Order: sequence, then structure tokens, then C-alpha cells
Amino acid sequence: MRMFSRPSLIWLALGWVAVLLLPWYGMDGIPRGVAVLPAFGHAIWGGRPWLGPLLLPMALASWAMIGQPRPRALVAAGFAGIAWTVAQGFAILHHGWAFDWLAGLMGGSGPTQPALGWGALIFVFACLMMVAYGFARLGFCRGDVFVIGAILLVVGLIALFVLYPALCILFSAVRDNDGGFAPHLFLTKLLNRSIWGVDCLFGAQACGTAWNTVAVASVVGLLTTLLGLGFALLALRTRVRLKPLIGLLSVLPIITPPFVIGLALILLFGRSGVVTVWGADLLHLPRSRWIYGMSGIVVAQVLAFTPIAFLVMIGVLQGVSPSLEEAAQTLRASRWRTFLTVTWPLIRPGLANAFLIAFIESMADFANPLMIGGNFSVLSTDIFFAVVGTTHDQGRAAVLAIILLTFTLTAFQAQRAWVGQRSYATMGGKGSAGQPAQLPVGLRLLCYGAIVPYLLLTVAVYGTILIGGFVDSVGRDNTPTLRHFLTAFSIDHGVGGWFLSGSAWNSLLTTFEIALISMPFTAVIGIVIAWLLDRQHFFGRRTFEFLAMMSFAIPGTVIGVSYILAFNVPPVALTGTGVIIAIAFAFRNMPVGIRAGLANLSQIDRSLDEASLTLGASSLRTLVLVILPMLRPAVTTALVYSFVRAVTAVSAVIFLVTGEYQLATVYIIGRADVGDYGVAIVYSAALIVFMLLVLLVIQLGIGIRRPGARAVPHTEAAPPLTMV
Amino acid sequence: MTRIIRESWAVCRGRLGVLAGTILFVISCGQANAQGVLVMYCGADESWCRAVTTTYEKETGVKINMVRMSAGETYARIRAEKDNPHGDIWWGGTGDPHLQAADDGLTEPYESPQMPQLRDWAQRQAAIAKHRTVGIYLSALGFGYNKEELARRKLAAPACWADLIRPEFKGEVQMADPNASGTAWTALATIVQLMGEDKAFSYFVALNRNINEYPKTGAAPALSVGQGETLVGIAFQHDIINVARSGKPAQVVSPCEGTGYEIGSMSLIKDAPHMAEAKKFYEWALTPAAQKLAAASGNFQLPSNPETPVPPESPDLSKIKLIEYDFNTYGSKATRNRILARWADEVKNAPR
Repeated sequence: MRMFSRPSLIWLALGWVAVLLLPWYGMDGIPRGVAVLPAFGHAIWGGRPWLGPLLLPMALASWAMIGQPRPRALVAAGFAGIAWTVAQGFAILHHGWAFDWLAGLMGGSGPTQPALGWGALIFVFACLMMVAYGFARLGFCRGDVFVIGAILLVVGLIALFVLYPALCILFSAVRDNDGGFAPHLFLTKLLNRSIWGVDCLFGAQACGTAWNTVAVASVVGLLTTLLGLGFALLALRTRVRLKPLIGLLSVLPIITPPFVIGLALILLFGRSGVVTVWGADLLHLPRSRWIYGMSGIVVAQVLAFTPIAFLVMIGVLQGVSPSLEEAAQTLRASRWRTFLTVTWPLIRPGLANAFLIAFIESMADFANPLMIGGNFSVLSTDIFFAVVGTTHDQGRAAVLAIILLTFTLTAFQAQRAWVGQRSYATMGGKGSAGQPAQLPVGLRLLCYGAIVPYLLLTVAVYGTILIGGFVDSVGRDNTPTLRHFLTAFSIDHGVGGWFLSGSAWNSLLTTFEIALISMPFTAVIGIVIAWLLDRQHFFGRRTFEFLAMMSFAIPGTVIGVSYILAFNVPPVALTGTGVIIAIAFAFRNMPVGIRAGLANLSQIDRSLDEASLTLGASSLRTLVLVILPMLRPAVTTALVYSFVRAVTAVSAVIFLVTGEYQLATVYIIGRADVGDYGVAIVYSAALIVFMLLVLLVIQLGIGIRRPGARAVPHTEAAPPLTMV
Repeated sequence: MTRIIRESWAVCRGRLGVLAGTILFVISCGQANAQGVLVMYCGADESWCRAVTTTYEKETGVKINMVRMSAGETYARIRAEKDNPHGDIWWGGTGDPHLQAADDGLTEPYESPQMPQLRDWAQRQAAIAKHRTVGIYLSALGFGYNKEELARRKLAAPACWADLIRPEFKGEVQMADPNASGTAWTALATIVQLMGEDKAFSYFVALNRNINEYPKTGAAPALSVGQGETLVGIAFQHDIINVARSGKPAQVVSPCEGTGYEIGSMSLIKDAPHMAEAKKFYEWALTPAAQKLAAASGNFQLPSNPETPVPPESPDLSKIKLIEYDFNTYGSKATRNRILARWADEVKNAPR
């Protein structure tokens, strides 16, 4: 057999370096009281003999690679290395043995160790690559090391950053607050009256949070779908020229931080809001707090999610062949009958799709209920307060997270299974000479009646956002002032020179920094996963695809809670660093890159790959030189959306902010919470403007040049955009 | 391999250059060029926090990375970070979580040379926590009402806790959620100590009928009173005075039966990464020059250093009837959890 190539030996050397030279512990600086030693050093001199066995896999790997190649031994060595690292990492924590049976077996509370560090990370990486080389030599995936390596790496990352936190939540639900195993508590917490009570049907009390959440999500789903449908009908089936509006509406929900709409609604309709005061002065309407509670949440979410439903419905309506409607009309069906018997059944699945998307978005929405929900509790905010409230009940947070996750996953699976796979497009390849039917008059008036108030409200909301920060106190005192702007963005001079004294600078720069850092990682991981899913066939591909897309359905609060549960303690301790925020961003936004990549890749013919591979290029070379240049639209999409979603993320990161890593959205919510609406609004407006600028830079920098003559008609619905 | 990198670089370098340049520019903006760094978890009002950090940075050149979080959140954060602390000093915020943190051994004992000069309530706070914390301000609890709304509705001004459960205030009272806010917890503990636990809970059930919202932050009821969103709000007196000072028609009331108080505290976090800087800040924070910043930023709590000039707007302690607040009992986790659970069961779910 051929000897192992030089690159593979480099990985072997790296593995040895990791065990013999690099510090085993310490990711963000060496933890207190721990010697700066490699694993080998810890085993011999540091009093941590359980790290000694790490040398064995390395020895085995060396024997397998140097001299006569022995791929099976190499694979075994790599797996053994990873397995032992994981096992000892989970068995020996910072307070001793992790499992009681181990303590019983070995006696005593056990040795302690801090979280894994760079040495461990590089060692695991090297082992992974050795497994890849071993499998390649055994003939898997046509002996392509890059493909196997990519698969293993991506699976490892998803297992660590998606699966492991999810499992932590599950385990946390069956523990009590001091960490002891208490499965009976799970049922008590799960079947709590505060979650499932139906008292609101019988009296003036509140219903359980779960029912509240489902109720809001259903109402919002229904309203947004109908509004989206109305809008789409007006845009496509009447002569109204709405093109520029469509473009604007497709951008708005992306760049608007989620809570901004709730904030603007408070300023407009709160008890001393602009509209309320006018109503009281002119029409003597009583000033009430009607906006706080379910009504406010519904209005805010409808405003936020209708553009998404609209985009979905446009795609659906474009797929309905006009020749069918024309046929119905030639057979003398009235316009109403045509609509009800021909158009409606064809768009029904699209309606279900839009409903489910809005349903999931509503359930995951955290910022709007926080701002404008008053005492109406929904699952996402309840999770938050279970963690940071005065009771610090992580078990309850875990239980609520599981319930929320169950709801969203069910809806997500329903969407994929019911609607996702089938095609309802009746547009064939042949040109269609049909004219779409005119809308029945009644329907057209209905659409106008629904859309016009919606547009007025949107204009009012965005107007408030953009200029509200430049008046003293919106509604009450409309003198223009720069006070709020200066409070947030002033620059001062002191002992150390010029410094940014405005309250908003710290969070703004940190947010942009972390979003920009996580952006390329998100795009790379997304595109690589899309390439693996579309172009490669490997064992467990379906499960892998499900896991990757599942992270799209996990609400942000659940991710936030799972991250602090998983990464607070050894073996992987990342909380308090900026890294964990970047990782949270990367894995929340990864599905956007995957979807964009998949959509684009399906339009690139496989013959190009084959040509490259037949000419002897490796997979890596094919990917980088042949496919990537044609994926430019997908890359731009992935970069843009991941950046924007990172900047506007709230629920996932509200638990992860620290003194050094404060985020813009969390800061704005903090200001709004204490009633400092001036600064909150001015900051939100500034954030929107900054994001538009960065978007522009990215568009100019990368560009969306469509390759060659492959003009692609976009009949597919755009991916959901504003997951909180 | 290198050829691939070279070729792909040739393809994208122009565009990547723009992108990389942008990233580097933004990152470099974020770096501080200062003499030292301090990470502060601030529990007091944001404007006060910022006044303190800006002044300190101006005077010493040390950059303070400040996060404003409620005291409960800060306690949760410090507990979560205990194996690898990122914060150096916890300044401000109600005293109970500071006492709890001291109890859990999360904060560092330190006795300042200025200690004997401080007011006796500040020293008592330090003694209870075995010098892991010190009092920096005192705030009396109370409630406020919107003068204009009250006049418009022609109601008698409330003067006692008992007035708040009267039927004419139905849907017009606001109190923070004790599960989220230390202010509301102080209110809960005060009423329990005033009336005895069972009578206090009947009071709260009656009060619940008049409550329109339980906001999550302690100062929110004061702000709502100022904005006219609610008629009466239960909050610390300095919050209401602050709102009134900005021109809003809020009137502060010291309840006739007697009222409780909180002692805003400061603690050094154990194993802080910048302990020396933290101790320097600690000393500075107890000086009159530092404590004077409170009034300047519109915060009228009582400072713990008697040399600090007390602004006239501060509540006059001689006119307020303060109860003997038992920090030991009502700061302990067990009592807290029990009473909070009882409140959630009996009061929050009670019919409105």
C-alpha cells in the first residue's frame, strides 16, 4: 500500500505537539491555581494521571502511519483519542466526580480539573483528521479525505454546539436547583398550573403560559397569513403598481430589531402615547392600557411578520397557472367562483406554509412580549425570568424550554412534512398565454380595507422610530432636541485622550465586532454543509440534514438557556467570553447559509463538478475554484443575513452578555425597561442606519453577479428571516 | 494546496480586501487605549452608573467596562461565573443579593480605612456580611401618585399602605414583580414585617385587585406615575423624587404606618481579574467626591459618607418612619423562596 502523504503526517505531528507541548487547560487565559502544563506534563508532574492514557492513541497512530500503513488501526487510534478526551472531561469536573457511582467506585469526592483548553482542542482536531485519513484509505467516499474530514468536522461541531446544549436542557429538567438528580420533580414542574391552567376561560385569572403562547401564535399566524395573502393578491392580480413597495417590504423585517416595533407601539398607543392623547383630547376616548398584553403582542407581531407571509404568498401566487383560471372563466364561472374553486385550492398549501412560519416566529419572539406584554406571560419571557428573576430556578427554565421546543419542533416538522416536499406549482416549462383572472370586486375591497390600515400603521411605526429619538419626549413634549442622541453617542476628552463617553458606544462596537467575526464562519459552515448535503452521499445524511435545519426551529431563549447550562462548567466552559456569543450567532444563523447554499447549488449543474474531478482536481479544489465562484449569490445572502440576524438577535444572547461584551439589543431593551425611551429609540434608529450601511458595503464588496446566462426565475419562497 | 490558495486569492482579493478592511477597522475602533481596565457590574440607575464611570475614567484614565443589570441578575451572573470570574466589582443595587453573595462566599472581604467614618447603617451592613460588602446609600421605600390624574378624578390623596387597597384605586396601582425586582421584594418584606405574615398576604390579595401591572424593574412604577400610565406606583422614594424633578407631576408619599428601606451596597468580587484596580475604585467610591455624583445625576438616595453634602431633595430621614428591617432573616434564601412561592401561589394567581 502507498505510504501516507505528507499532509497526513503533519496532522500526526500536530497531535503530538498538542499532547506534549500545548497547555491542556485554559481557553481564555489559564484558570487560577492551575499549572501551565501540557497533558503529558499534567500526567507526570501535575498530579493528574488520568491524562496519561492520551499518549496511547498517539503512539498507536504513529505506528499506523509510519512504515506499513494500517488504516484500521489509525481509525481506532483517532476514535480512542477523542473518546478518552470526552470521557475524562465529563467524568471529572471542577468539583470532583460527576457521577455518584464513580464516587462510590473510586471512593472520596474525587480529583478536580478545570475546563478543556487549547491543547485539548487541537488534540481532538488532530484525532478527527487522523480518523478521516484512515477512512479515506479504507475507501470510504471514494477515498476523498477532504469530504470525510468536512463531514466529521461539521458533525462534531453540530454535536458540540447544537446537540450537547439541547441534552443539557433535558438533563437539567430532571435535576433540582442544587444539581442533584430528581426525576420526580420533573413531572411536578411540568404539570404546574401556571403553565397549563385554563382559569381564564372561567374567571378573571390568567391562563397558563403554554396556552397563552399557543393562542397568540395561532392568532398571529392567521392574521399575518390573511394580510400577506391580501397584499399578494393586490400586488399580482390588480393594476396597482406596488413594485418599489415590495422591495422595501422585503428588506424591512430583516433590518428591524425585533423589539423596536413594540417600543414604537408603546410610544404611539400607550396610556400617554401620541395617538391615545390625541384620542383623549379630540374624541374624549378614555386613556387605557389596552396595548399592554395580548393585544399589543398580537399587533406588534403582525406588523413584524406580515412581510414574510407576503413574500411566501407572492411565491405561491406566481406558481398558479393563469391558464387554469382563464379556462374557468371561459366556461362562464363568475370571478368569485373562479377564485373559490380554482385559485383557493391551489394556494391553500401555501397558506398553510405561511401560517406555520408565522406560528413558529411568534412562539420564538421574545423581545415584543418583553416590551409590551404587560402581565400576559408567554413561554419565552417566562424562561428568561425563571433564570434571572429572584428565584433562579434553572429547572423550571429547562422545563419551559422543553415545552416551547416541543411546540416549535412540531410546527416545524409539520411544515416540512406537509408542505415542504410537495410541489404545488402548476407553472410548466411551456409558456403560458393566459391572463390571470381579475379579483372579484368584493375581494378587492376587502384587500384594500385590510392593507391600507396596515400600511398606515407601518409608516407610523417607522416614522416614530426614525424621528422619535430627536424629540424630547414623544407625544408629551415634541420639542426637537439632540439630548438623547448625545447621551448615547457623545465623545469626550479626558486624562487618557479622546474617549467615547456616550453610553451606546461600548455595546455598538462590541456587537459589530462580534457579528463581523462570526459572519464568515457562519457563511463557511453554511455553504460547506449545503455542499455536503447536495453533492455528497454518506451514511446518516438525512439525520444530519434534520439536525442542521432543526437549529432553525429552536427559539432563541432556549438556545440562550442551553448555552449557559452547557458551557458554564467544565468540560467546555465558554460563558463570559466573547467567543460564546460569536458561536451562538454562528449556529443560530447557520441554517440561512444552508438554505441559500442549497437553493443555489440546485441550480448549478453537476457536470461541472464531474468535469473538474475527472481532470484530477481534488474535492477541495473543485469546491473552491469551480463551485464557490458560482455560489456568489448564496455567499452574499449568507453573509448579509447572518450579519443582520447577529446584530438584531436578542433572546439567544441576553443571557450571554457580560461587562466586556455588552450587546446593542440587550442594552436598548434595558433602557426601554426603565422608561428611557429617548435613548432606546435613538439607538434603534442608529442601529438600523448602521446596518443599512454595512449591507451596502457587503453588496458592493462581494456583489451579486449572476454567472453566465443562467437567469434563474425565483418561484421559490424566500427563507424565513427574522427569527428572534 | 498552496496553489489553490494562491489562485482563489487572486480571484477574490479585491473584494475580500474591502471586507477585511472593514472588519479590522471596526475591531480597532473597539480597542481601548487606556491606562488600565476595570469590569464593573452596576446595580444602580444607568445615569448614575455612567456618571461614575465617566468621572472615574476622566480622573484616572482607567477604562471601566460597565454592565448595568438589576441586583438579582448580577447575583445570578456572579454565581454562574464563580469558577472564572470576569467581573471585578459590584457597585450599587439593593443590599439583599449582596448579602446572599457574601453568604455564598462569592465576594472578597475587605475593610476600608474609611469605614469608621461611614454612617452606622453602612457599617452595620458590612458587619452582617463580615466585611464582604459595605453600604453606599440608603433608600426609603414609599409610593407616589400622579397629581394631575388625582385632581382630575377628584380623589383623596393616599397617605398610608391601607389607602392603596381602597376600591377607588382599582386598576390604578403598580408594583414591580417581586420575582424579578429587589424593590418589590423589599416592599413584600416590609409589609410582612409591618403586619405579620398572614395579614400581609390578605393585604396583598386585596392589593392585587387594584394592580394594573407588575413590571419587571423596580423603578418602572415611578416612571409610569410620571408619565401618567398609572395613578399610584410603589417604588423607592428617590425614584419618585427623581421623576418629579424632571418636571413630571409625581408626588412622593411616606406611608403613615411606617416603611422599609434598602441599603445599596458595594462588593469586591472574589478572585477578580483586576483586584488592585478594583480596590482603588472601592476606596474612591466611598469618598464624598464620588458620592456627590449621585445628586448630580438625579439620584437622591442618602449617601453613606456623612461628609457628602446631602441635597435638599433627598428624603428627610427624620420625617420618615422607618421600621426595624431585619436584613438577616429577610435576606436569607430560605425565607425569600418561601415567601416568594407563597406570593406566586396566593397573590399572583388570585382573581383580579
